[in-house]
Amino acid sequence: MSQNYNHNRENEMKLTTKHALAVLSAVSLVALTATSAVAKDNRTIGVSIPAATHGWTGGVVYHAEQAAQEIEAAFPHINVVVKTSPSATAQVSALEDLSVGQDLDALVILPFTSEELTGPVERVKESGTFITVVDRGLTDPAIQDLYVAGDNIAVGANTAQWLAEKLDNEGQIVVLRGIPTVIDDERIQGFTDVMEDTNIEILDIQYANWNQDQAFTLMQDYLAKYPQIDAVWANDDDMLLGVLEAIKQSGRTEIQYALGGNGMKDVIELVMANDAMTPISTPYPPSMIKTAIYMTAAQFAGQAPMRGNFKLDAPLITPENADQFYFPDSPF
Amino acid sequence: MGEEKIMTSATTEMAISKVPRRIRWASLGPFIALAVVLLVGTMLNSNFATGTNIANVVTRSAFIAIIAVGATFVISSRCLDLSVGSMMAFVTGIMILTMNQLEPSMGANAIIVGAVVGLLVGTACGLLNGLIVTVGKIDPFIVTLGTMGIFRALITWMSDGGSIPMDRALREPYRPVYFGDLLGIPIPVVITLLVALVGAFILYRTKYGRRCMAVGSNADVARFSGVSVAKVRTIAFGVQGLCVGIAAICYIPRLGAATPTTGQLWELQVITAVVIGGTLLRGGRARIWGTIAGALILEVIANLMVLSNMVSEYLVAAVQGVIIILAMLAHRFIK
Repeated sequence: MSQNYNHNRENEMKLTTKHALAVLSAVSLVALTATSAVAKDNRTIGVSIPAATHGWTGGVVYHAEQAAQEIEAAFPHINVVVKTSPSATAQVSALEDLSVGQDLDALVILPFTSEELTGPVERVKESGTFITVVDRGLTDPAIQDLYVAGDNIAVGANTAQWLAEKLDNEGQIVVLRGIPTVIDDERIQGFTDVMEDTNIEILDIQYANWNQDQAFTLMQDYLAKYPQIDAVWANDDDMLLGVLEAIKQSGRTEIQYALGGNGMKDVIELVMANDAMTPISTPYPPSMIKTAIYMTAAQFAGQAPMRGNFKLDAPLITPENADQFYFPDSPF
Repeated sequence: MGEEKIMTSATTEMAISKVPRRIRWASLGPFIALAVVLLVGTMLNSNFATGTNIANVVTRSAFIAIIAVGATFVISSRCLDLSVGSMMAFVTGIMILTMNQLEPSMGANAIIVGAVVGLLVGTACGLLNGLIVTVGKIDPFIVTLGTMGIFRALITWMSDGGSIPMDRALREPYRPVYFGDLLGIPIPVVITLLVALVGAFILYRTKYGRRCMAVGSNADVARFSGVSVAKVRTIAFGVQGLCVGIAAICYIPRLGAATPTTGQLWELQVITAVVIGGTLLRGGRARIWGTIAGALILEVIANLMVLSNMVSEYLVAAVQGVIIILAMLAHRFIK
């Protein structure tokens, strides 16, 4: 803008000379090529994510901000704008704000809900923006240029395989579910599918809404209801902390394993310390937003083409590799 | 002085005239409901009536019960506080941060300072609600809906959306406040009983209690008889805040952390407990022990949902809703 303004002022001055037209066209031509060269160099990546309302989204915000700082420091011509929104409606507005304020070269979005965000993201794409979708897919996958997500089925399945092996395919276990969502359904499905091929009996599955307090209460009730429990799968590390407290209080000793998922730092610390009851966790890491932002930036930094679907695996977090998944400064 | 006496006797008469014999029966409603739920529980599942299970259920109902005692004050003065759940999370956050800060210099004594800070912050939050309602003359529903958002956002901000864990060195010394017992009675239950006793004494036996009922049943009449409606209501909100502080003291040692989901939707459980207990949502009648029974009923129902295999995990909330409505209807018919 200011360049154009200066350019106009310059023009006015030149107009007073006798060679007005010739000089004007020459100057404006130089100015135009200069501006377009600058525009080509500077890139803006918009990042739209849910606000930090619980542990996992807290981690997403942390990693998005880290990625923004690191990329801006490494590549001064790339500008990363992070916007958090507390609800799906707010995220739709945030998308409008992001795309009205500046020309977005790329948008990295972790949509609140698939249905509500599909239309608005499509409109952003119409102006030529590169679209990276993280975690929750849009209803129309054709909109996205890049898709980065964790594997919820693998989170359940890998945990189940490890547990089945440790229990020699025998025993009785209880399971805690999160909030009724696709994420929760997939994890439970991955877990129960593996368990069906074993002699392990799932005594009970109930919702505890990814909430520590409710997990504590539910585990107390499980302990009252079942005299013999060999293992617990809490499906999420936040809930696992509540479960562990309930087990500790009960003084019950037959429970061999209590496992979670997601890779919360408190639980990674348990894994690092070779805890007997919680020797592993399974990542569904909030850092996937960082992976996505880096992949999106790569094509602007080094012209590395980056399109397609990228599914982060859910390898077991063990004492050997735990430091890769440990972020002591992250809130999650 | 003379005026004061007339006013007192007037409100006393009002209180007495509001308790004729047949309502006495109705005030037993929540206890009958609790007995029925307990009986059903014992018949449904053999694990229900075990000592451990009953102790667990009674102990974890303590938070809602303590906060609900405060809510009985607020509701009987014809106000409403929707912010208690968020306030609880905010107070626990402040307490844990204070204790962690002081632990290196004070050791386990930091817990005592933290508890005092919790009580003060809770009371201050309650008074803030009360003053906005009474001085600002704004409907308590809207005021506390606003502060509900404010407290929730503050705890989320303080924790960066993650959790605020208590220092490990404080866990063991503080643990007995939730997990310990006094002569076999869990500490949180003892604290609940004390809070209810004091609450019942204030509401039933003191001048303030009578003024609270007078303001709740008819604010204009109370005002004409010389009662400062604003003062009564502000104090009620202050008591509510204090109760939230007490609940926070019992809550922290259980999991040792405050998170943005701490106390989520507790305001609804609290209001439900108060109303099941026989306190009128439109003010003027308070039932402290009914409130305690209400909190127990809610917790027992939730416990039974898990223990019995009759209800699909998808339908638990629906069944709970139906039972609460049935309890209220039964209440109406006993009258």
